[in-house]
Amino acid sequence: MNSLMIAAILLVLLGLAYQVGWSRSRALATSGGGRFHSRFHYHGALVAIWAVAPAALILGLWALFGQTVSASYVQSLLPVELVSAGGNPLATAISRVRALASGYGVAGEVADYEAAAADALARFQLIVTLIVVGSAAACGILALLFARRRITPRLRARNQVERAITLLLVACSAIAILTTVGIVASLVSEAIRFFTFVNPLDFFFGTVWNPVFSSTGGGSGRYGLLPLLWGTTMIAIIAMLVALPIGLMTAIYLNQYAPRGVRAVVKPIVEILAGIPTIVYGFFALTTVGPFLSGFGAMIGLDIRGTSALTAGLVMGIMIIPFISSLSDDILSQVPTSLRDGSYGLGATQSETIRRVLLPAALPGIVGAFLLAVSRAIGETMIVVLAAGNSPVLRANPLEPTSTVTVSIVNQLTGDTDFTGPQSLVAFALGLTLFVITLCLNVVALYIVRRFREQYD
Amino acid sequence: MSDLSNQTKAAGEDRHALVRKGLARRHRTEWLFRAAGLTAVILALGFVAILFTTIVSKGLPAFQQAYISANVQFDPELLNLDPAPERQAGQSQADFQAQSFAWQRELAMLNWNALVEASLRDLLPIGFEIDSRQLLSIVETSERHRLREMFVADPSLLGQTVPVEMLASANVDNWLKGTINRELGDAQQQLSAPARQLADEFYENGVIHMGFAWALLTNVDSRSAPASAGLAGAFMGSLYMLLIVIVLAVPIGVASAIYLEEFAPKSRLTDFIEVNINNLAAVPSIVFGLLGAAVFINYFRLPLSAPLAGGLVLTLMTLPTIIIATRAALKGVPQSLRQAALGLGASRSQMVFHHILPVTFPSILTASIIGVAQALGETAPLLLIGMNAFVAQIPTSPMDQATALPVQIFLWNGNENRNFFEARTSAAIMVLLGLMISLNAIAIFLRTYLERKK
Repeated sequence: MNSLMIAAILLVLLGLAYQVGWSRSRALATSGGGRFHSRFHYHGALVAIWAVAPAALILGLWALFGQTVSASYVQSLLPVELVSAGGNPLATAISRVRALASGYGVAGEVADYEAAAADALARFQLIVTLIVVGSAAACGILALLFARRRITPRLRARNQVERAITLLLVACSAIAILTTVGIVASLVSEAIRFFTFVNPLDFFFGTVWNPVFSSTGGGSGRYGLLPLLWGTTMIAIIAMLVALPIGLMTAIYLNQYAPRGVRAVVKPIVEILAGIPTIVYGFFALTTVGPFLSGFGAMIGLDIRGTSALTAGLVMGIMIIPFISSLSDDILSQVPTSLRDGSYGLGATQSETIRRVLLPAALPGIVGAFLLAVSRAIGETMIVVLAAGNSPVLRANPLEPTSTVTVSIVNQLTGDTDFTGPQSLVAFALGLTLFVITLCLNVVALYIVRRFREQYD
Repeated sequence: MSDLSNQTKAAGEDRHALVRKGLARRHRTEWLFRAAGLTAVILALGFVAILFTTIVSKGLPAFQQAYISANVQFDPELLNLDPAPERQAGQSQADFQAQSFAWQRELAMLNWNALVEASLRDLLPIGFEIDSRQLLSIVETSERHRLREMFVADPSLLGQTVPVEMLASANVDNWLKGTINRELGDAQQQLSAPARQLADEFYENGVIHMGFAWALLTNVDSRSAPASAGLAGAFMGSLYMLLIVIVLAVPIGVASAIYLEEFAPKSRLTDFIEVNINNLAAVPSIVFGLLGAAVFINYFRLPLSAPLAGGLVLTLMTLPTIIIATRAALKGVPQSLRQAALGLGASRSQMVFHHILPVTFPSILTASIIGVAQALGETAPLLLIGMNAFVAQIPTSPMDQATALPVQIFLWNGNENRNFFEARTSAAIMVLLGLMISLNAIAIFLRTYLERKK
């Protein structure tokens, strides 16, 4: 019984129910049941909704909680001392029993209790699957028959179908909220677990980042956030130093000076930069920009490392150019023409108009765009993973390697998913920090941009 | 009187002179400002050009690869093996399986290298001395497995001699293409001196030739045989994830956009949802990876490294993009259309589904494709849910272990055989960018086509 088959059965049920509703209402209408309130396909749709909703509900609940139920059943089959010991041996035993029950072999000798548990589990799974699928099918068919009996000329099928559609739409928009809730809940709960190992003060104000991996677990290693935060800030500053002038001047030139034809060609080309995956920028930084910078440094007598804050910041700046330029372009277009015309009428040159009238008027919007770009620079991962050098030490020189919050998240969590020690849990504390910082930047930026839009609407 | 007028005239001329004097400076500033703008545009365009030319110039050579044309004799003396067991009537399944396992083990134990070596020895120039380890170092290690698979697929090859195009090893590829410095001493070269000489001689007399690197597109990743490493597995992984994103993110995104734009009453709650969605769109992608690790992997126990988990994470990440773009499209529909539909007695859903949606369909389609293309290029969140595992099989379902194109680029970029993999990584980037560009091109084409049809 795999999920594809279940989906297929649901689809068949759906089609069948629709057909039943449609033909039933049509038969009633032709046999002179009177004028129908709703058209036949609404009756069909209503019966289909009635039939599929309970079945889907049962199957959905099983998909969500089935694993938990079967895990607790397996536990009840295993020897008591193994269960009370808990931890890794228990998890291994459960997965071994599951593998045996599903017919795959397992490595090593199969203990008697394992074989017995596997047999019982296989039987249990068969029975439960039959019960679940059977009850889903029974509920579906009962509901179908019930809905079929409800069909009368006066049944407001259309209104009910529409109400169901609206409910579905509401559920879909709730997913966005659920996502936020999920992010906050998972970050906060795992971060709190991390803070049971490490004092929050040591985390937020520590100046040494040295997460030692040790087999004994426990609170070994130093988890100071400051070196990472400093690396992140430094790279973001360099990126903005590159992106802001180039992006803003590009927007001004394309918006104010460039002939229409040039703008139509150049704007999409610059925006290509925004669509390129960040891993590509990372590769570009590592293999082209880094060697170029260190070669250039050697030429003028500076020691520039191939992977450094400068390399990562420069390439990140290139990535952010289109972000700044298209947002600023939008904002400049929204400044009313009357302001510009007034300035020209007083004899100002074009650049004077731009600098003294247009930019001040557009300033809030541009600040908003700037903040959004900063938040993007802070959250950027792949460029810094490849090109920042991964050296989490507090130093001010941008020509040296550094590390960032995002790099450390990747380093701490990659390949490790039993979140038991501080080594992996720290990723969530870092993620929480990152989330809060970017959230603040985004909220302020979005508020400013929104206010700006309303001002000139 | 005339005095006064003279005075004003003089003052006017003074001011005129003043303005004129300043004018040159002001025009210079104007010119400078404009030049600065043009410089910025040229810089931005220059970055695009540099990015693409470096990637293409690095990646193009990797689409060509060295092959060795050899005649392989499936020598019965070397391939001393009973025919493959067939299931006898009355034989139990387990018994038969054990038997075929034993046969396969025996098959793998045969000296396939000897086959490869014999075929190469036939081609050696007269009087060329080379020991067998050095000789075999010019062929990729995957080729002996390929010969075995050829034999399993067609046992009648036994005793025959067939021409086979074998992949030359990555080191030979580097040597011939000059990606490794040919002047370096023996100690720094990957190939021994006789092997290098042989590679050169083979290349000159046409035994080794450059051909299109099909391995790059049709093979899966390989650690032991770099020259045979390909993108097929990563491509399938990406494809599964994209399917999940298309099936989930597009309908859910469009549905919530419709609700927020057309149904939702203006209230605190909908305001909150809106702010929420705008924020989600700006949350760093790695945070979605953390969400996936904590919720999908750790709580729901979805399989690690599976496209299913990856697809779900990418779905959540793409949702805000699709919602925002769809809402913008819905906002663009003139209010009169809604009023006309409602005025004729249509219900709200009829208005939306019969009139508004068909009008906005091209924009929604474009927005969805662009969102999906963005998901295709995402790397960071996938690293956190274990999609950077080494996978040597093409995944056959979304529950199998897999990797994705951008993650494969990340992995290749970290390979120790830099000389070889720098080009291969660039080539993989070209494939990824090619896919993304074609997706975007499809989006643009569909929009223009559908809008013209209207």
